[in-house]
Amino acid sequence: MEKHLYVAQRLTAIVLAPLVLIHLVLILYAIEGGLSAGEILGRTRGHLGWAAFYSLFVITAALHAPIGLRNVIVEWTRLPRRWIDALAVTLGCVLLVLGLRAVVAIY
Amino acid sequence: MSSTVTLERPLQVSIWRGGDDGRLVQYEIETRENQTVLDVVTEIQRRLEPSLAYRFACRVGVCGSCAMTVNGRPRWTCRTHVKNVVEDHALTIEPLRNLPKIKDLVCDLAPFIDTFKRAGAPFSGSNTRHEKPAAVKPDSPLRVAADAALQCINCAVCYSACDVVSWNPDYIGPAGLNRAWTLVNDVRHNRREQTFKMAFGEGGCGSCHSHGNCTRHCPVELRPSESIAGLKRAAFSGLPTE
Repeated sequence: MEKHLYVAQRLTAIVLAPLVLIHLVLILYAIEGGLSAGEILGRTRGHLGWAAFYSLFVITAALHAPIGLRNVIVEWTRLPRRWIDALAVTLGCVLLVLGLRAVVAIY
Repeated sequence: MSSTVTLERPLQVSIWRGGDDGRLVQYEIETRENQTVLDVVTEIQRRLEPSLAYRFACRVGVCGSCAMTVNGRPRWTCRTHVKNVVEDHALTIEPLRNLPKIKDLVCDLAPFIDTFKRAGAPFSGSNTRHEKPAAVKPDSPLRVAADAALQCINCAVCYSACDVVSWNPDYIGPAGLNRAWTLVNDVRHNRREQTFKMAFGEGGCGSCHSHGNCTRHCPVELRPSESIAGLKRAAFSGLPTE
């Protein structure tokens, strides 16, 4: 289990690194002309590329973040492992649902 | 850091007395031209404090039993010259960190020894005396990898130096994982897969933060950090093969 989580966290990190960079550059580019919902939706509506980009972002982040948080909680607290695992799985589900809901909303 | 030692000035030595609830006690002894930290402890026990408890055996850097914390760092006291570690003519000598204190400079090594079992470390061979010994070529990649980690004498200096061990008692620590790495590379070991699984279990190599304190402090200059990195790499590449 630990080994699989370790590998999953590293692999998602490899995927996330360029996605985060592109996302940050996009934010800087997008706010240059003022930021409005209309402007964002104008770029993303009906654009399958952006939907795919942010879907991948959401899925990898929903895997990556809970694994890291689980490691931190395991180190910092004496909570039972089962509780920590449940918390991490819940966080992953929340990130996934909220993220994908946002992707659908802007598509 | 080290500073100049003058023979005219006595050495101010603070030594941990008691168990976990003990305290530092000050002693003053003569500064000598050539003295190791173990010489200092021995002199204090022989001349000033006969009830002082400490461990040593070989006195020449072979057995590793005289490991203590000297001015905040774990060291073999028999191989540590006072002039190299003294600070303003003062030394602070405590038992190894991360282990229960028994009395004075003696700590309980049992939790440390347990880490070897938790890392899946007992060697398990399947050959009997009636079979030929396994032929392991000295230059084979597995032997070379094991060789680099093999000379550990279980002195617990790395375990004491490790910050992750200090805040996470579940962590196996560098020595156990280093031993697991030698077994994962040992073709004669018939539980390589199980050893690897245990070394990667809860509190295993995934908990290492790669601080490198183990490698920095190892008195025989082993590199447990590299052994742990090898175990982590094997999570992607599978067990090393010839």
